[in-house]
Amino acid sequence: MTPKRKQRLFLVLFIVVGVGISVGLTLFALSQNINLFYSPTQIAAGEAPQDTRIRAGGMVVEGSIKRDPDSLFVSFEITDYDKTVTVEYVGILPDLFREGQGIVAQGSMNEHGVLDAVEVLAKHDENYMPPEVAEALAKAGKMPMPEGQEFNK
Amino acid sequence: MIIPELGEYALILALCLSILLATVPLVGATRGNALWMDFARPLSKGMFFFTLVSFLCLGWSFLYNDFSVVYVASNSNTALPWYFRLSAIWGGHEGSLLLWVLILAAWTLAVALKSRNLPQDIVARVLAVMGWIAIGFYLFILFTSSPFERYLPGFPQEGADLNPLLQDFGLIVHPPMLYMGYVGFAVSFAFAIAALLSGRLDAAWARWSRPWTTVAWAFLTLGIALGSWWAYYELGWGGWWFWDPVENASLMPWLVGTALVHSLAVTEKRGVFKSWTVLLAIFAFSLSLLGTFLVRSGVLTSVHAFASDPERGLFILIMLVVVIGGSLLLYAFRAGQMRSESSFGLLSRESLLLVNNVLLVVSCAMVLLGTIYPLIIDALGMGKLSVGPPYFNALFVPLMAIMLVFMGIGMISRWKQTSLKMLAQQLWLPGVAAVLIGMALTWSYSGELAPWVTLGIVLACWVVLTGMRDQYNRLRHRSEKLAGLFKQSRSYYGMQLAHLGVAVLVVGVALVSVYSEQRDLRMQPGDSMTFRDYTFIFEGSKHVEGPNYTSDQGQIKVLYRDEPYAEMYPEKRLYTARGNVMTEAAIDPGFTRDLYVALGEPRENGAWAVRLQYKPYVRWLWLGGLLMTFGGLLAASDPRYRKRLRPAAA
Repeated sequence: MTPKRKQRLFLVLFIVVGVGISVGLTLFALSQNINLFYSPTQIAAGEAPQDTRIRAGGMVVEGSIKRDPDSLFVSFEITDYDKTVTVEYVGILPDLFREGQGIVAQGSMNEHGVLDAVEVLAKHDENYMPPEVAEALAKAGKMPMPEGQEFNK
Repeated sequence: MIIPELGEYALILALCLSILLATVPLVGATRGNALWMDFARPLSKGMFFFTLVSFLCLGWSFLYNDFSVVYVASNSNTALPWYFRLSAIWGGHEGSLLLWVLILAAWTLAVALKSRNLPQDIVARVLAVMGWIAIGFYLFILFTSSPFERYLPGFPQEGADLNPLLQDFGLIVHPPMLYMGYVGFAVSFAFAIAALLSGRLDAAWARWSRPWTTVAWAFLTLGIALGSWWAYYELGWGGWWFWDPVENASLMPWLVGTALVHSLAVTEKRGVFKSWTVLLAIFAFSLSLLGTFLVRSGVLTSVHAFASDPERGLFILIMLVVVIGGSLLLYAFRAGQMRSESSFGLLSRESLLLVNNVLLVVSCAMVLLGTIYPLIIDALGMGKLSVGPPYFNALFVPLMAIMLVFMGIGMISRWKQTSLKMLAQQLWLPGVAAVLIGMALTWSYSGELAPWVTLGIVLACWVVLTGMRDQYNRLRHRSEKLAGLFKQSRSYYGMQLAHLGVAVLVVGVALVSVYSEQRDLRMQPGDSMTFRDYTFIFEGSKHVEGPNYTSDQGQIKVLYRDEPYAEMYPEKRLYTARGNVMTEAAIDPGFTRDLYVALGEPRENGAWAVRLQYKPYVRWLWLGGLLMTFGGLLAASDPRYRKRLRPAAA
């Protein structure tokens, strides 16, 4: 091999090895950090694993929000109008969190079948529903249509 | 009033001109017909004029509250101040696309005006490619998302109001700057395609393309920085980067654009990496389009998702396929003809810039994977999932750390061949100094050596010190050192400034990520909380009326080491038109730290859920972004880009 070709070979090898390592690390990191989405029906059926970070979404059940008077502890139920799941959370809820609003909670299931949320998300548009929640509701056949207006428009 | 219809007609006229622009000069360039090529400039001007007319028509409808226009009615309100009524033009999907084509037409006009020193056929081809892109977007607007549609006959007397999140200075500046960047890469793309079409890929081509690419990159940098700053104060969480899919959509073209800026430097100076540079130009623009697709099609859950409309998503997807597929096909046919004009050694500035490119492209691929992985899994029906920020952090941070190491070496290295001995001679001092100074600074700030913070500060010092070493090298042989300091080229100062910006950004990221402190608590009037030498005393809340909202305003007295320091007034606003509740955080900004106070929800007996935050060096993030922007603009303003090719002949 001429020295020039040798140099090119080194360069190519360097790139291939670099890219290989990156791809490997990427896939590993990806597999460690995906959060699967479960609907209340799936959770009630026991499909959601315990102690793994998951996402769960649904509509907040009317009258289910209970706040602790002395701390930021709050518990509420979310539903896909078929099954409901209790969510517990300590912290500040987003502005658009309210009864009847579609939300997504991130956290893990504990042994009592309660979702310990570390994050509660509600989007900044009153007509907006997280797509996962919309689909879960559609699956349960319970998609509510807001009166007199197009959805998501 | 027929103003909206006028806007629609103007847009159709602009479409007609763009079709002419896309064809006539291109045919002229292929046949060598100078007359046909000369049509490129007037057509570009006409296209810009009619797009501007269309944009002004929409602006007029907003200013005068013409709620018979659907888009105005759903994004504006009579109670809105005039400047928000105007910026509401790009507050929704349709209008933001109109802004997009306006900026595209403006870039086209800029190329038409500023290209006197380029060969006629290249100008004709570049403008024609811009015309093709414009056709795509005009059709998209006219067929799927016209902002001029009317509610007839019975239109509402009052508009639905602009989303309160958008009623902010951020909306006025963030989207235009970001789009300037996105669309600016269309110019780099057009230059690359024009070069492929003409088969003349040489150093001159790189020199023509460079200033445009650098300016686009600078605007994109500014747009992203403004977006981060806006999210920080407006969303009420004090976060500055969320790895939100839409943020990723802007970061990907930035990463590839940064690679492109560097690769163009190599192509211009040394005549190598040509095919790679062309490929990067194609990808930078394709990623801008992909970003548009991700944001506008509603496939993603995001703060930016306005509306999901499958038809629109499909249209952009088709456009994406045509652009990427077409340009790669052209590339496949023409890439074989490209020849390197010189060779380079294994250890040389060329190689080191290649390492920079590989790292940037790998980072981009990794962000892309994390962003579209949920979409792919969903499309395959394998469940719904999301990729969390830990994925991005775990990969992005180490990759950037490696890149910072090479950044220092790259600045010192020489073109063509660099000896290891020379590098060692030059770099040992900055290296040792960076480690010592970095560790000393970290220790003096925090009293510990937390691994990632120390690494970040050391690397920031490394970048600064190697930059200074390079400055010194350039002055060493000059007799008048101080005068020499001001005699370097603008592109050199631009490079230094942008790299300094990176160092500043790294310091900010390291410190704010690790040493931020947050307290979420329930506070009754009289309650107090002390941390990081600051005492926050909640004094209660009162009712305040705004122009189009009512608000509960908390009063928080802040003491610094028990001395009165400031009063902060975070708000919880209710925007009456839509019934939206919004958190308006109170921020006490500072060079070395921000105090950030936000109200959560009201509790009984006048108590509130309150979030108190201490954000060290958070301003450095945006300061770094600004330095990079100015660096880019300074580099692009270098007079050598404006030199005529054939002085007397023209």
